[in-house]
Amino acid sequence: MPQEKPAVGPVPGLRPGRGGLNSIAVITFVLIAVAQYLIFMYVPDDATLGLIQRIFYFHVASAWNALLAFSVVFAASILYLSKGERRYDALALSSAEIGVLFTTLVLITGPIWGKVSWNQWWTWDPRLTTTLILWFIYVAYLLIRLAADEPEKRARYAAVFGIIGFIDVPIVFFSIRWWRTIHPVVITWQGAAMEKSMLQTMIVSFIAFSFLFVYLLIHRLRIEAMQDEVAQLKERLQGSRG
Amino acid sequence: MSFLRKVGLIAWKDLRAEFRTKEMISAMLIFALLVIAIFAFAFDPTRDEVRVIFAGLIWVAFFFAGILGLNRSFAGERINDAIHGLMLSPVDRSAIYFGKLLGTWVFMTIVEIVALPIFIVMFNYTPAGSWLLAGTAILLATLGFVAVGTFLAALTANTKASEVLLPVILFPVVIPVVIAAVEATRGVFGGLPPADFVTWFKVLGVYDAVFVAVPFLLFEYLLEV
Amino acid sequence: MVVSRSRPASDGAPAIVAGMGAPAVAAGMGAPAIVASRVSKRIGPRMILRDIDLTVDRGSFLTILGPNGAGKTTLIRILTGLLKPTTGRVTIDGRDLAEVPAEVRRQFGVISHHSYLYDSLTARENLYFYGRLYDVPDLPRRIDEVLAEVGLELFFNEPVRTFSRGMVQRLAIARAIIHRPSLLFLDEPYTGLDPQASETLSSVLSSLKGPERAIVMITHQFDQGLAMADRVVVLVRGRIAINEAAADLTLDELNRRYRTAAMRPDDGGDTTRADRGVTP
Repeated sequence: MPQEKPAVGPVPGLRPGRGGLNSIAVITFVLIAVAQYLIFMYVPDDATLGLIQRIFYFHVASAWNALLAFSVVFAASILYLSKGERRYDALALSSAEIGVLFTTLVLITGPIWGKVSWNQWWTWDPRLTTTLILWFIYVAYLLIRLAADEPEKRARYAAVFGIIGFIDVPIVFFSIRWWRTIHPVVITWQGAAMEKSMLQTMIVSFIAFSFLFVYLLIHRLRIEAMQDEVAQLKERLQGSRG
Repeated sequence: MSFLRKVGLIAWKDLRAEFRTKEMISAMLIFALLVIAIFAFAFDPTRDEVRVIFAGLIWVAFFFAGILGLNRSFAGERINDAIHGLMLSPVDRSAIYFGKLLGTWVFMTIVEIVALPIFIVMFNYTPAGSWLLAGTAILLATLGFVAVGTFLAALTANTKASEVLLPVILFPVVIPVVIAAVEATRGVFGGLPPADFVTWFKVLGVYDAVFVAVPFLLFEYLLEV
Repeated sequence: MVVSRSRPASDGAPAIVAGMGAPAVAAGMGAPAIVASRVSKRIGPRMILRDIDLTVDRGSFLTILGPNGAGKTTLIRILTGLLKPTTGRVTIDGRDLAEVPAEVRRQFGVISHHSYLYDSLTARENLYFYGRLYDVPDLPRRIDEVLAEVGLELFFNEPVRTFSRGMVQRLAIARAIIHRPSLLFLDEPYTGLDPQASETLSSVLSSLKGPERAIVMITHQFDQGLAMADRVVVLVRGRIAINEAAADLTLDELNRRYRTAAMRPDDGGDTTRADRGVTP
């Protein structure tokens, strides 16, 4: 049976090699391990907030990852609309899923910290509230993908929404911030200037989480590429039987 | 000029079709009143607190009624595949977007104009401030809502579960409009000095500009068959 | 009967590429109005159309036949610009359809099995809307004209919602021709028509044939398709299987050749199932 090269579908950029994945995995593991050590052993207890403050590193690093993820979604969406290549769509989808994951982590760690530190689950702080809206926007992105039946439509609609959503986020943030100045809250996340060891831990956490993001992204892209291949194989089998 | 005329033509078509039956606009109006009634039973309209949240209440009612209108805006084009008739004509794709936007904006504004006095009566509310300012706020907020809403309605019209999907994807994106609309209305009706709420007019202005421009650029991607 | 033929490239006009590689013979007619070059379309993992080469000259009537799922509707959508091809291109009067502005669609008239009409509006309002959309001059008179042509002049003020299927299709014909299009695309137009509406459609189509017009019709009804056409193309599983002048074919021969083509084994990658046993 003559094999045909697909015009779109699994392309080299879409399916990162096993070797690359393995090296990223090792680096990520090491960095996360180092970060864990720093967070739990190296950094002293916070003067006012105590032990629970350590969750702050996970919280902020997750938020950073979410921001990173959604920036990738934005860029990939624009690239998909201008070039029409499947790999940009796969990149956008994978990044969006990971972004939702980390956003959920932000929304979980935030209230935990709030409840333990200030006995308040939710403070309507502008950044946390914007994160909530961010969560809704990117869940909506995923729902759009589920609701569109054809792959090309799905990719296009999602890309369009990815652009709209991303542009919206800064407007949402400023609106909520001004809104909060009218109805102020006592508690905010702004701490005092960070002590040196905290800053170091912070930076390492950011780097470690960034690698984690890349690691998860590569994994997800590979899965997407494999699903594409399966779909193509199915179609070929069905076609040859017909 | 011809572009504007085509926009007006498409809006005319929607208005003409709707005013023959008035189905959608009456449903929107009744729904808005029902939302307020439910709030009344939930929150007791005789309490003073209600005065404080009046602005919020009316916008909740308007936005939920607006969703009904948005859901229908492209549904009419799917019957008989009329949207393809439009796309095959020499009209610019974006004219379809603006035409639909204009039509839905008119519908929603009509509902607001009729419903607002009824709300004022139901809650014994005495709005202060300038009606001109209030009207501007309402028009700007409605525009922002309908601009994104029309765009996303075109998107969901071609998907499964379209009526359920639209509110889910629309409301997160229009949060700034919700906040700004309520705060601006509250400020005007509460008789506050303009300096207190001018920020919200700016927010509405920026939002409207951005979310009319971006859909204009992206609309053709939604319409490719 | 006239058929389209090869033109030397030095003409400046785009050369015809017959799908089977063999140029057709006979006297040429007008300039090539619609040309599809190496058009293919992939939707998801499925290759709906492969390597389509088509030319429709002005003054000619092309029928595209084929079973359901052969890709006919996709092809006509690509020819009218509703869909972009995955590879290849479509030119209208030599201009690439992907690059020309919306204006070129002014020449298009489309009759589909969907009516493209608005149920809540009256017949006249529907025609007014489309007429204005296409900037038809002297519109009120033109509306009366087309209504009379399709036999609906008594119903101008009735909402389309009250029309029978046959009346709807007749109004759809009126809508499609109100702006005097020179390029007509018909997508299964006879579907669900009562005999009266069928007759109206056939007579309107016959009257529309002319030296300036190019007509493309897709249908799965071999008899009607062959009867009206100057040229017949049969799509099987996304490829052109037969490309012949209508004058050179009888209905029986067409059926026979179609059955042969439909039974040919698939190349790898084709996904559309052939619908065997299409009866005339």
